Amino acid sequence: MTPALDVQALCKRYAPDRPPAVDALSFTLAPGEVLGLLGGNGAGKTTTIAMLLGLLVPSSGRILALGHDMAGDRFRALERMNFSSPYIALPHRISVRENLRVYGHLYTVRGLESRIAELARSLELEDLLDRPAGELSAGQKTRVALAKSLINRPALLLLDEPTASLDPDTGDWVRTRLEEYRAQSGCAILLASHNMGEVERLCDRVLMLKGGQAVDQGTPAALLARYGRADMEQVFLDIARGTGIAEVVA
Amino acid sequence: MTPSLRRIWGLVYRHLALFRRSPPRLIELMYWPVLQMVVWGFITAYLAGVQNNVASAAAGVLLGGVLLWEAALRSQMGFSISFLEEIWSRNLGHLFVSPLRPAELVAGLMALSLMRTLVAVLPAMALAWFLYAFNILALGPLLVLFFAALVMMGWAVALGVVSLILRFGAGAEALAWSILFGLTPFAAVFYPVSILPAWLQPVAYALPAAHVFEGMRAALLDGRAEWGHLAAAFALNAVWLALMAWLFRAQFRAARVRGALLNIGE
Repeated sequence: MTPALDVQALCKRYAPDRPPAVDALSFTLAPGEVLGLLGGNGAGKTTTIAMLLGLLVPSSGRILALGHDMAGDRFRALERMNFSSPYIALPHRISVRENLRVYGHLYTVRGLESRIAELARSLELEDLLDRPAGELSAGQKTRVALAKSLINRPALLLLDEPTASLDPDTGDWVRTRLEEYRAQSGCAILLASHNMGEVERLCDRVLMLKGGQAVDQGTPAALLARYGRADMEQVFLDIARGTGIAEVVA
Repeated sequence: MTPSLRRIWGLVYRHLALFRRSPPRLIELMYWPVLQMVVWGFITAYLAGVQNNVASAAAGVLLGGVLLWEAALRSQMGFSISFLEEIWSRNLGHLFVSPLRPAELVAGLMALSLMRTLVAVLPAMALAWFLYAFNILALGPLLVLFFAALVMMGWAVALGVVSLILRFGAGAEALAWSILFGLTPFAAVFYPVSILPAWLQPVAYALPAAHVFEGMRAALLDGRAEWGHLAAAFALNAVWLALMAWLFRAQFRAARVRGALLNIGE
């Protein structure tokens, strides 16, 4: 089966005199799998996601997304991918419905109005559809961003901190919707998050980045066992602070 | 509708929705062309020594220049500012990770530019007829060709502006408003190219606008269609559009290499 993502020896160096932001990164993401991309600030997550989306050209290496080479055939892949980040807002002067129509057209969604109605029902947006996106609360904006990211029924979803700055209740609600969508569609999800509870709940596998390199990977359970920790937050701190397995075990 | 046209429509729809929700934006589009027309109309009335009827040939040349030059100005600004709107609303990230191809982005911006130009220039044309009895439609089909040539020149300049914004970021934004005004002296809008010093005339003739305005003067003053000038205008447009499209493509690629698309506008 074709992996949703097949990343080989990916490197990005912004300038010759600076260390690489991403260095020799290789991983795969199977269809229907949820992979957590973890790392501290500056670990290379944003750069990696930008390369996976075609927003940034790698210095070397290869990305196959849904079987398409992102170097030469990225638009075929992008038609079946989508992305959500609370750090990239949707145009706030136009309504939620208009925003969803815009992206429905950009992703050439068939039966757009019924797709918008379906998303509005499942994401509880019906009362928000005709309100300007800029007038919504943070939680409402997150739901709208989620609707935008699901408008084309993506087979590969890239999420950059999808529940950042949300209250626990809204964050839980978003995670539940993501679980439902994954179960219904078999969508593969790459999730960058600093919320370790979220990672433990959603991710089948975790890839830990530090200094642009993959320093460890495995299922959350395997990582907990390997580092001898009770939760992923402690595993994250061990890796981010450079406390290796040996020190942990000692 | 083909997938490509659907994506272009998506971009156009987003801006139409913006205008629907912000009527002052529409008024702003018409404001400067109408103001220009009023001021130039009274200047020509004053120079012609009459007050309400300036439909003399010389006055017509000036008013025709004002109206047609507005087509180039509004076309260039319509393209550049529509692109800037995406930066200001921080929407470029979403657009560039969608299946919208760069060529479709450019086509959408051209369509928006044409719409904005028509909204801006048509009221000024009506006002010229109403206040000063100057009917630019008397140029007939030539008007469409003049208009098309100037709109295309606006697109070429705008592609250059957008390329500079991709290269230099927000620091180049001011060019969206100013760059075509800087070309006005060489575009022979209000006077023939022969008025310019000999060494400047080749510069003027490298601009499609100079050929359009030479053609406009011939049509208004002598009733002649200067097909040579029109052909030169369209040929130059083809060259400038090809050059600027190459520049845009190169700068877009360079921005993807540098990572500039991640934080453009900041």
